[in-house]
Order: sequence, then C-alpha cells, then structure tokens
Amino acid sequence: MADVTSVPSQAVRAARHARRIAAQDRFATGVLTAIVGLVLAVLVAIVGYILVNGAGKLFDVSFLTSKPEQFRAGGGIGPELFNSFYLLVLTLVISVPVSLGAAVFLAEYAPDNAATTVAKTAIETLSSLPSIVVGLFGFLFFVLQCGWGFSILSGSLALTMFNIPILVRTIQQALEAVPRTQRDAGLALGLTKWETTIHVLLPAAMPAIVTGVVLSAGRVFGEAAALIYTAGQSAPALDFLNFDLTSASCPWNVFRPAETLAVHIWKINSEGVVPDLEAVSNGTAAVLMVCILAFNLLARWAGKAIARRLTAE
Amino acid sequence: MPKHRLERCGLTVTGACVALVTVLVVTLIVMVASHGLATFANDGIAVGDFLLGTTWNPHQADANGNPTVGALPMICGSFAVTILSTVIALPIAIGSAIFVVEVAPGFGRRVFQPLIELLVGIPSVVYGLIGLSVVVAWTRSWSGSTGYGILSASIVLAVMVLPTVTSLSIDALASVPHEYREGSYALGCTRWQTIWNVVLRSATPSLMTATILGMTRAFGESLAVQMVIGNSAQIPGSLLTPASTLTSVLTMGMGNEAMGTVYNDVLWSLALLLMAMSLVFILIIHLIGGRGAVRHG
Amino acid sequence: MQARQDISRRQFLKVAGGVAALAGLGLVGCGGSNASSSTASTTTTSLSGSITAVGSTALQPLVEAAAEQFMGANAGVQITVQGGGSGQGITQISQGAVQIGDSDVFAEEKLADKADASKLTDNKVAVVGMGPIVSPDVTVSDITLADLASIFCGTITNWSQVGGADQAITVINRASGSGTRATFESNVLAGITVPDTFKPQEQDSSGTVAKMVAETPGSISYLAFSYFDDTKFHALKVGGVSPEAASVEDNSWTIWAYEHMYTASTPDAATQAFIDYMMGSEVQGSLVEQNGYIPVSGMKVTRDATGAVSAN
Repeated sequence: MADVTSVPSQAVRAARHARRIAAQDRFATGVLTAIVGLVLAVLVAIVGYILVNGAGKLFDVSFLTSKPEQFRAGGGIGPELFNSFYLLVLTLVISVPVSLGAAVFLAEYAPDNAATTVAKTAIETLSSLPSIVVGLFGFLFFVLQCGWGFSILSGSLALTMFNIPILVRTIQQALEAVPRTQRDAGLALGLTKWETTIHVLLPAAMPAIVTGVVLSAGRVFGEAAALIYTAGQSAPALDFLNFDLTSASCPWNVFRPAETLAVHIWKINSEGVVPDLEAVSNGTAAVLMVCILAFNLLARWAGKAIARRLTAE
Repeated sequence: MPKHRLERCGLTVTGACVALVTVLVVTLIVMVASHGLATFANDGIAVGDFLLGTTWNPHQADANGNPTVGALPMICGSFAVTILSTVIALPIAIGSAIFVVEVAPGFGRRVFQPLIELLVGIPSVVYGLIGLSVVVAWTRSWSGSTGYGILSASIVLAVMVLPTVTSLSIDALASVPHEYREGSYALGCTRWQTIWNVVLRSATPSLMTATILGMTRAFGESLAVQMVIGNSAQIPGSLLTPASTLTSVLTMGMGNEAMGTVYNDVLWSLALLLMAMSLVFILIIHLIGGRGAVRHG
Repeated sequence: MQARQDISRRQFLKVAGGVAALAGLGLVGCGGSNASSSTASTTTTSLSGSITAVGSTALQPLVEAAAEQFMGANAGVQITVQGGGSGQGITQISQGAVQIGDSDVFAEEKLADKADASKLTDNKVAVVGMGPIVSPDVTVSDITLADLASIFCGTITNWSQVGGADQAITVINRASGSGTRATFESNVLAGITVPDTFKPQEQDSSGTVAKMVAETPGSISYLAFSYFDDTKFHALKVGGVSPEAASVEDNSWTIWAYEHMYTASTPDAATQAFIDYMMGSEVQGSLVEQNGYIPVSGMKVTRDATGAVSAN
C-alpha cells in the first residue's frame, strides 16, 4: 500500500538496491581474487622453496641413479626413485579396478538396504582413518600376520587401503554428476543398466575419474606415514639385470623392502648421519616435486586422450 | 552374451568389489580394536582413567602400581589442531573454489587446479621441515614463546589440507547444474547473489564432504604435526604452549616398544581411539550434512 | 549397432577387467616364482643364506654399510637391513621372525617377559656416547651432572641459575621409550623421579632435535656424538669432562650405551659369520668410527643390563 503512495521513492530505493548489490558483487569478486592471490603466493613460495633448494641435485644424473650412502657424502636416490614409481603403479593397478567396481555398484546398483548402508559406512570409515592407523594395521596384518615382512607388497596394499575410499568417492561423484537425462536416454533405448553404465556413464565421467586418480596418485606418491611400518625404511641396491624374483636386489621382487622417496626424506632427517644430509633431503624433495608434476601432466594428457577416444566412438 | 546374464555379471563383479573393501575394513577394525582393548582386558587399566586421565607417563607407575596413561591431553590436542586448521583453511579453500568455478574458469582449470594438486603430493615430512624453519620461527618472533604449539601445527596443517579441500570444493561447485545459475541470472541476480544463494546452497552437502575429508586429513596427520607441535603431553593451556596429539605420540612411540608390553598395548589403544574418534567425527558431520540435504531438497 | 556395442564392451572389459586380471596374475606370478626359485638358488661360495636384520633406526646405517661390504665378499649371502625401531627389533627376534634384532637398549628393558632375553644372544657391536647440547646463544659451556639432572626435572628453569645469562631454559626431551632417553635418564637422573607437572617438549628423531636446538633460543637437549655439529649448536662439558670417545672409554663420561645386535642363542652359520664380521677389525676399526660410534674393543669398562660398571 505504501508503494502506491510513494512511487518515486520506490524507484530511488530500487536504484539504491541495484547499486548496493553491484558494489557487493564487486567487493566479493575483490575478496575472492585476493584469496586466490594469497593461495597462489603460498603455492609458489612452497614449490619455489623446494625446487630452488634442491635445484643443485635435480639435474645431477649420478644423484638420480646411484644408491644412497650410509655415512659418506655423495649418495644418490636411484633405488628410492624406482621404488616410488613401482609402488605407485602397483597400488594403482590394485586400487583402480576395485574402486571402479565399488563405485559403479554404489552409484548404480546398490539396493537400499542394510548391507549397502554397512558397505557405505565401511568405505567412509576407511576414508576417515588416519594414514598412521592404516599403516599400523598393515604392519600387523600384512607384515606380521601374512608374514610378508617389510615389503613392496605390504606397502602397496596399505597404500591401496587408503587410496580406495578416495577413488570410490571421486568416481561415484563423477558418475552421479552425469545428467539424469543421459541415463534415461540410455535406458529408453533398451540398454540395460550395465550397458548404460559402460557406454554412457563411464565415458561421460571419465575426465573426472582421471582427475580423481591423479589426485590420489599424488597423495600415494608423497605418503610416508603408512609406509614406514609396511614397506620399510631400507632400499637395497637394485640390479636391473637380476630377474631372480627372490633376490632382494631384483627390482621387481615384491617381497623386498622398499624405501620410497618420501620415506627417504623422513629417514635421513630423523637419523641420517651423512654430511650432505640437507642437500640430499632437499634434492629428494625437489625430485619428488618434479615427479608429481610430470605424473600429473602425463595423466591429464592420457585422461583427455581416453575421453576423446571413448566419446568419438 | 544375453543381456540378463551380462547384467548379473556386472552386478556380481561390482558387488564383489564392495564386499572386498567392506571385509578389509571390518578386519582392520577388529584387529586394531583387539590390540587396543588389550590394555583394558589384560593390563588392568580402567577405561575411564585412560580417557579422562590428564597425566601421560607410561614408563612410570602411580601409587597403585598401574602405569599412568591418561590420554586426555592428546585428545584435546588432536581436536584443537583439527578445528583450528579447518577454521583457517575452509574460507580460503571455498573462496578459491568459487573463484575458480565462477569467476575465472579457464584460469582455474588450466593453471590453478593442476598447481594445487601438486601440493597434495608433497610429503608431510617436507611440510614439517618447512614448518620447523618458517612457521615456528615466525610464531616465535612475535609471541615470545618457543614457537612450538597448537598454532604452528594448525598453520602447517591448514596448508596441508588446503589442496584437498579446495580440489573437492571445486568439484562440488562445478557439479551444480548450469540451469540453476542461468535461472538465477535470468531473475536479475548478480554473480555474487547467484553464488551465495544458489550455487553454495545447492553444493552444501558436497562442500560438507570436502570439509570432512580435510578435517580427516588434519586429524590423522602425524609426521608434520609431530615436528612442530612440541610433543608435550599436557592439556594445551594456550595456542602457543607445546602440546601433543594422538598421532604424534603414536608415531614417536610405536617403533620403540616391543609387542606385548603395557606401553605397546597403550599405544594401540591410542590407535583405537584415533579410529573411534574419526568415526564419531564423521557421524556428527553426516548428521549435519544429511539435514542440509533434506532442507535443500 | 550390435558390432559397435561389442567393440566398446570389449574395450571396457579390456580396461577394467584386464587391469584387474593383470593385478591378480602379477601377484600370483610373483608369489609362485618366489616359491619355485628359492630352491634353485645356486651358490659358489661356501657361505650362503639370507639374513634379515630389523630394528634400531640409529644403528641401521652402520649395519647397512657393513652388510654391503660383507655381501661383496660373500656372494651367497643376502642381508636385508630394515628399520622399525628397537622395540620392533626385539619383538621380531624374540618371535624368531628375523635373524638379527638391532637395538639401542638391553632387551631386558623392552621385553614384557624378562626371561625371554635369556633365549637371545646379545652382541654388543658398538658404543654410543651421548651428551647435552644447547642452542648457540647459550653462554654456558660446562655443567655439573646434578645441575643437568635438575634442568631435566624442571627445578632449574633459567640459565642464570647455572652461570649463564638471564634466559629461560627450553627443555627438549627425547621420546619416552627411546634408547637415547633411557640412557640419559639412567645415567643423569639416576633414579630421580621427574614430577608429573613438568612436561617438556619431546622429540624422537635425532635430526629434528638437532634442528630444533639450533633454532630455538635457550634450548637444551641431548644427542649421540655422531650428530654433534659445532656450526649449529654447542655440546656441553659435564663436570669438566669433554664429550669425546676417549672419555667414554674410561667411563669418565658416563652417558653412553651399547648398540646391540641380538641373535637367537644358536644362530645359523651365515648370521654367525656376519656377527663375527661386525666384531672384526674391518668393521670395528673403520666403519664404526666413520659412523660416529666408539669401537667396543677400545672400552676399558663393561656395563651390564642393570647399569653396573666393571673394569675390563
């Protein structure tokens, strides 16, 4: 009723409101930009700190290939570098199929009953578990109970355990983010749920899935706490011509102890007595950083290529 | 293959994956619990003394000859660093996620997100080392304390959980259907109004998930925290005095103790507590998230 | 339509199923070959076998270096050295899971059932000296054992009380249960009970302790001699005695401990040979000292598990 009597003031109010929300909008954009600027600054500072400190060792081929020294200067990280990749590949090879299956089940099939609730809760529990607890369980179960000792197998299974919930969640979200219309279209064409999942949902979700795998791979690569008590803290020198799978120097032997780059940094900083400790530690961190970067780029490119092939079909 | 058989096959294979994970988790819980409960079953330590006791000194017996194993200081420490680091990280993470998804998607997808994913892979021990020489020194410079404590640990943890929370928040915001935004713009709303009233609201449950995962990481982080928190088993009086967390005590102690001793059992009890607390934790946030999901349809 | 479906189905199965199958095959393959080829191992030297040494992370570098040399001379022997901590070493050797358990402390101090220690053979392969260290800004350079004890009990809290500047003392203790802490407490505190109200910071790893003391003004902690670095922090004299090998050998510097390599009471030939090698001149004369330890051979005194010292 007041509106009828005060038409001009209403216009003024509307204009004021428009100005206010425009200012609010600008302010918010400014704040957001500042936040991103801050994050980028921290990012660049940390990455720069690591790379600059380790730059000296980064391009040193003998550092990258030779074995570590126990108390002399000049040790390398050859075995650790290989171990990190081997462990990562093994972990992904085990955890990706399992997570994919579990995520498809939870997203597409899961009946709404008690069993599903238990399974969902179990996966969420796993995702909330600290890596040290997973590591200790791995120590108890894989190392002692199964008798595998400190080994690549124990380590990659421990890593798998903490990788699975992350992957399941990401893949499940990716599947659920595919618009309902696409799913309905598939079903309307007479495809079964399984066919819809494989031909419609998975290709559509593939880029997000690949991102998820990359994200988890990054974490696996830098993980130390879960590995200290499972894959061990020693890196026997590797002989790439040795194909005797029982030998500790055979790189492919999954029953040998394998210290990764991240564990190596932890170990030499805790009890290392080499004189060039800081250089080795910084160099290892820089190598780790570059590996993660390279791995991310590669996986992104591969993810795009896969998505392109699946959708172009 | 006939369609119904293919369908059955798919169901079986995927169902088996879920079953496998479930069995593993149950094994884990049973094994950790059986070790953790040994303290109370075999060593005669009362649960109440363990949970509410304020003195942690497992190598020293009290007047009754029982080891003093009050875990309350570590429980408080764990919660303090988790909450404080989340308070620091969450606004920054969601802010940058909004920027990446709503303000500058091209820059975000191409530059920002890959960069921040890079941070996820940095080993916690490297964060610990940087924390030791940068964050602790900075805290010491203005506070007059030693620098070790909850505040330093929380800052280090905030940086560590930032990539996880940011990446997941980005995914959460990006999965909000475009129609929602278009509808809001069509009503004449500004970008900020759209973000605040539409995007953030419909993404709330997924943002909750992002937060949970971030908190989980902060809660369970061990190596970095152990380097900057000071590891003093006392109930934290301020943000600047040394404290300890469940994980820091666990990491430091586990290697030194032989299986079957009281101290080893007590460390397993800490692991059990860590497990139980993360469960409770996820449950609480679940309840909040569930309610949010109902309210917003 | 049908053909296209088949292709993509196959592709999917190749991606998902194939990877799963590969994982399974890989594991089975490795496990299988592991079992089969272990019987077919060929050795040219008389000595053969595989030894796993687990335990103390502090001792690990020395054992690894020695193992490397030993394996160079005995191609048939495979030695795997692992960390995990003294507790793990003693657990695993007493369970018979490994051949050697490395430890910074006597097994009697760790085992739940003390009688289990008698089933093990204690090989003392080196002596490690430890001493108090202070941050560079601390002006005190010599301290009495009693004052040192008081600092770590929390009764002395300012450097001025021990002849230094007016500056608060920041105590950085070692992890409860670590060998370093046990050695320090039995030799410095010698039975004094630390009040529950005194809760100094604790740190497990030697490297981190060194970093913390170097960077925290007014701080004090203690480290093995091998971690001493005069450019970053100062080592204190105790009662006028310098922390050095010679004073450990005649026990005038009392803060020291043995490094132990426990074996079963009747170890196999390869393990015995490796232990003999550890005690021999090739390790004792060179590697031990290069790692910052003190050779057992030079010791003029012996200390037993209860802490009683007797002249050699």
